[in-house]
Amino acid sequence: MGLMSFFAPRVPKGVYGLMAEYDGPDTLIEACKAVRDAGYKKTDAFSPFPIHGIEDALGLPESKVGKIAILFSFTGATIALLMQWWTGVYGYKLIVGGKPFFAFEPSIPITFELTVLLSAFSSVVLMLLLNGLPRFHHPLFGAKDFHRVGDDRFMLVIEKSDPKFDENSTRQLLEGTHPKSTQVVESN
Amino acid sequence: MATTTATLPSITKPLAQELNPSLVTGNLSYHEVTDQVCEIVEGKVHRNWYIGFAISFTIFLMMVGMLGYQLFTGVGVWGNNAPVAWAWDITNFVFWIGIGHAGTLISAVLFLFRQKWRTSINRAAEAMTLFAVACAAIYPVMHTGRPWRTYWLFPVPNLDLNMWQNFRSPLMWDVFAISTYGSVSAVFWYMGLIPDLATLRDRAAVAGDKTRALLYGIFSLGWRFSARHWTNYEKMYLLLAAISTPLVLSVHSIVSFDFATSVIPGWHTTIFPPYFVAGAVFSGFAMVQTLMLVTRWALGLENLITPKHLDNMNKIILATGMIVGYAYATEFFIAWYSANQYERFVFFNRAFGPYWWAYAIMVSCNVLSPQIFWYKPFRTNVMVTFVMSIFVNIGMWFERFVIIASSLHRDFMPSSWGYFKPSYVDICTFIGTFGFFMTLFLLFLRFIPCIALSEVKGAMAAQAHLPGHDPVKGTTPVHAGGHH
Repeated sequence: MGLMSFFAPRVPKGVYGLMAEYDGPDTLIEACKAVRDAGYKKTDAFSPFPIHGIEDALGLPESKVGKIAILFSFTGATIALLMQWWTGVYGYKLIVGGKPFFAFEPSIPITFELTVLLSAFSSVVLMLLLNGLPRFHHPLFGAKDFHRVGDDRFMLVIEKSDPKFDENSTRQLLEGTHPKSTQVVESN
Repeated sequence: MATTTATLPSITKPLAQELNPSLVTGNLSYHEVTDQVCEIVEGKVHRNWYIGFAISFTIFLMMVGMLGYQLFTGVGVWGNNAPVAWAWDITNFVFWIGIGHAGTLISAVLFLFRQKWRTSINRAAEAMTLFAVACAAIYPVMHTGRPWRTYWLFPVPNLDLNMWQNFRSPLMWDVFAISTYGSVSAVFWYMGLIPDLATLRDRAAVAGDKTRALLYGIFSLGWRFSARHWTNYEKMYLLLAAISTPLVLSVHSIVSFDFATSVIPGWHTTIFPPYFVAGAVFSGFAMVQTLMLVTRWALGLENLITPKHLDNMNKIILATGMIVGYAYATEFFIAWYSANQYERFVFFNRAFGPYWWAYAIMVSCNVLSPQIFWYKPFRTNVMVTFVMSIFVNIGMWFERFVIIASSLHRDFMPSSWGYFKPSYVDICTFIGTFGFFMTLFLLFLRFIPCIALSEVKGAMAAQAHLPGHDPVKGTTPVHAGGHH
């Protein structure tokens, strides 16, 4: 969980992990499956666009963004209704054509808009928090060719912090998945 | 991959014969798409851009001057008068808001329907939404007369107003709808930008441009294309799309409530919400076409904005244009069927009264002219599409003017009848908003990738199984590096 890793301590110096590069999304997925089946957990894949099916291939859980955001949408609706009810009935009684100070019908538009507003902003904030962004420094930025992932590169990383990580056997596993190249990523 | 302007002949000739069903033509590789889109932002600024920017910015300055004059003199500098108390200000407000709607429709609704063709136009369409909302917001804020009191529109506790807003008023619903729409659209657009800004950051770092790398680095929030991040990102993006879809429908419905909840004949109709939404989509798609064809021509993006896109958007224009035409007919039928003399008078007067010319322009631009899109070669022809998109923009502006001015200018008592003529301030402010809009749009083209790279590449990966498509390699040899 990368929650608030913006404030997290720096990654320790030394080897960060092993990285392999693949020539396309299909080979990357195959490699992810092989690594997942070998029991590695601290893995991550990098690609210029989200690849369909990569979550399963890496064994990632479903994103929590939606489940938490729905709580905020209820909050938005509640705030809107309370605001309109309190201001109309207690805060400032404004007589308009003998209409009731509070009723559901004229309250629907504002309730809807505030529900939308809070769900939208909470999904964005949750996405950033769960991803640990913004985070401007990361060992991977120093890896060879990593700056071309956004262009057309497909990478797979196994972190050293994975209990199964062993520089020789992990490298052998990665070499068996037909990568274009492999490299050791250092943190400094 | 030079972005030349020598591509002019190829877009003026009918494109029907070179129709290709795919969304990205020319079998580009991922790298070529990156290059083609990023070069616009990284390369030397084309002379046309400076010319366009100088013109737009001058027109924008005229708007600033007009608004300043209005601010210091009062709302009386507009042509609004006693029966026509709402005139060009609200017309232009609804016009600009409507234009914004196509951007959200393309980015959200077509995303939910898995319409992959949207990928190369959604970024520019969303930018259009934001800038159109900015143009629209000018009018209600300036119409208050004292824009420095704009916070009175929001439930902000303060000492000088000392009262709460009337939340039962459709004008308050409008405040919430427009501000929610503006801010959610901005966030949606920015979230879509993050991966592409990260691509620009990495390219700037390789090219050794530290200032650009720093700026794009800050705005891309340290994005590193991780699969774990993409999972949350995709969920967030799906949610925003799912939220924006009812939002965009609600916004123009609520705008129409400004009229529909009143007691003015010609406004007080239940058909307004769907009628306004259809009109908004109609006008918005026309504006997207106008902008995209100019962008495509000026930046040489024929491979990414293809006849398939024109065809699809023109089908939507045809469909929504017919919905709008049906709404015009329904209004007349209901006016007759209601047997209400005021209702009947307003609609007869609308088509045959002093504003008959506005009504005629509206019907010919909105209902009659889009009918040519039944014929496929017209749908895929660049020039026809461009001219039609201008027609629809004109027609939809007149629709709002007709609804607003023709319903108001003949009040219940003939002694209160009047006629609206815009003042020069009205005219110059409205022209000025186009300068404002184009200034923002040109800045966007210059500093932000105008095509959503990560989405286009996703669509390319999805069509990689088609014969003749290999986005990893492409047909032409990949030229090294991104240095230009």
